Amino acid sequence: MSEAVKRHDPGASATVLKVAGLKRYFDVSAPWLNRMLERQPRQILKAVDGIDLEIARGETFGLVGESGCGKSTVARLIVGLHGPTAGSIELEGRNIAGLSRTQMAPVRRRLQMIFQDPFASLNPRWRVRDIVAEPIRAFGLEADKAAVERRVGELLEQVRLNPRDGEKFPHEFSGGQRQRISIARALASNPEFLVCDEPTSALDVSVQAQILNLMRDLQRDLGLTYLFISHNLAVVYHISNRVGVMYLGKMVEQAPARTLFATPRHPYTRLLLDTIPDLDMTGRERTPVAGEVPNPITPPPGCSFHPRCPFANDRCRVEIPKPIAMPGGATVACHGVEEDRVPVGPVLAPPVAPAGLSGATA
Amino acid sequence: MTDPLLQVRNLVVEFPTRRGTLTAVDDISFDIAEGEVLGVVGESGAGKSMTGAAVIGLLEPPGRIASGEILLEGRRIDNLRYEQMRRIRGRQIGAIFQDPLTSLNPLYSVGRQLVETIQTHTDMSPTQARARTVELLTEVGIPAPERRVDQYPHQFSGGMRQRVVIALALCANPRLIIADEPTTALDVSIQAQIIALLKRLCREHGTAVMLVTHDMGVIAETADRVAVMYAGRIAEVGPVREVIKNAKHPYTHGLMGSIPAIGHDAERLAQIPGSMPRLTDIPPGCAFNPRCLHAFDRCRRDRPELVPVADGRVSCWLYDPAGSRNSREARAVVAAGAESRVERTDV
Repeated sequence: MSEAVKRHDPGASATVLKVAGLKRYFDVSAPWLNRMLERQPRQILKAVDGIDLEIARGETFGLVGESGCGKSTVARLIVGLHGPTAGSIELEGRNIAGLSRTQMAPVRRRLQMIFQDPFASLNPRWRVRDIVAEPIRAFGLEADKAAVERRVGELLEQVRLNPRDGEKFPHEFSGGQRQRISIARALASNPEFLVCDEPTSALDVSVQAQILNLMRDLQRDLGLTYLFISHNLAVVYHISNRVGVMYLGKMVEQAPARTLFATPRHPYTRLLLDTIPDLDMTGRERTPVAGEVPNPITPPPGCSFHPRCPFANDRCRVEIPKPIAMPGGATVACHGVEEDRVPVGPVLAPPVAPAGLSGATA
Repeated sequence: MTDPLLQVRNLVVEFPTRRGTLTAVDDISFDIAEGEVLGVVGESGAGKSMTGAAVIGLLEPPGRIASGEILLEGRRIDNLRYEQMRRIRGRQIGAIFQDPLTSLNPLYSVGRQLVETIQTHTDMSPTQARARTVELLTEVGIPAPERRVDQYPHQFSGGMRQRVVIALALCANPRLIIADEPTTALDVSIQAQIIALLKRLCREHGTAVMLVTHDMGVIAETADRVAVMYAGRIAEVGPVREVIKNAKHPYTHGLMGSIPAIGHDAERLAQIPGSMPRLTDIPPGCAFNPRCLHAFDRCRRDRPELVPVADGRVSCWLYDPAGSRNSREARAVVAAGAESRVERTDV
């Protein structure tokens, strides 16, 4: 059946969002006096350290990585909840990085976000109709009260809720229904681009399926473009056209979804794919990735993945790899791939030696 | 064959509230054999954690065991006094919880917590206990245990903390470990490490595990048998391969279909309409009947019991041995239903 299913492929159509050299550093130093007394240097956390990506209209770009890799920071940078340290974010050719609040306002209408926790992102004291109507009022999209009300009803129906649910409060809904309310609110200002930060991570699998299906339907009906952030590889595979893998603030690999999952090139992507539980019960022996993500304040020199990488050599330990374009539309940042040291084939299985990998976390 | 290690018979867990009594676990029975890993899977509110808490005697009041029996090695443990239960807990039944940070005391070093636990359950001297602690830390794969033993929980990463919690559970060599969502708070790559560790340790020590999780993937990797819970009841129980590859209960079938899989291209995921009922309004008959595509009159009226089907047991009227449909037909019905699944969800 896989051939029959058409994957919506916008191909080389218009780029909606283009991010280049995006960086965000956080100063996590101790207070000035402590630094002076204890003679500590400033500590800079490079949460996002030079990210490039392009998203075409109607496409879903999936961003995966483990906690602390900077994927949520990317989301917050794009919607303007953080100002970037460097780099540009272009929405339809216009740089929106570092715009002031007032300059950002019209952009916000077109750029909305869905958050992970549907319990924390809805005001418990507001009725659902007010929550959904807030963007409409804030942007002055409807002329009078009756029109706002009509639009709210429409939005609730669009996310498969009953318009009468508008009278209720968030606590009267289950997690999945609340996430539908979040989506309705995000859609209220007629956005073209939705940033979804782990929208289904807090939900049960059967509810997750409902939300993912809803998001697909909305994309088809409204021509939305998504940046979909998740740590769940299977969900990302299901929903994305293109996928980027992040590790310690850097994009290590980027490729069309099918290519990435069929022929992962970066050793980290391959190890990540190897950790997916085997639901088909093929009985294959999995070798877990050795080690843990290092402390991002003191990342290893060179390629930040080298302490966990079975193919690392001296070059990897000193030189930071640059993204290189591969055939098939993939981009990989790995010296090993560039030099053809990393074999293409079944996922590798390095010997697990827990010793010697503790340093960074100790 | 000898008695199973753990027998749970018609367990009912209730929560008296101002608005009436809620039944969180409703008349469930299952066994765990020596050295067996039983997965208990279900969505939030299915009663899976409550079952684990009841077995280990840690139900939060006002929750209580209203009826039923829990037997460990043939001996009833559900009606023991607090002090007696305390001696069983840790020595015969260990526990691993979801959040490793809250299971460890932040004020004591990891070594001190392990030594204390070991000395509570055995009569080792402090020196012996410390040696055993280092041994345990080595066993759970913590590098440089001699140095790490004197560190505090905050100096460990999430994965390392969960390893310490596993070491704590293993202190007294228990026969059974209740692991409640042991990998949920961890990253995928760490999750795989912890699963591998649990599997290895249980094999080496012959420890039985009751693995409570919402993650079918973890179950598929780890468990020998799996019980699928829905609204406080067991929908289906059987060998893990059988349940995952050849689900019989319509709920299990829907659940498996709703999990996205890599390499499986589908425009839409199969979805079960609606959501799990709240404990306050569980429908009469089969609890799943309002969401079930195959429900018929009997499902709305009578509650199905677990009946043997193939290698497992299923509670669904489609498999009623005395019913009009036989189980092969029912299986065909369930499989066909998944293909023509209803598109819209009405919430």
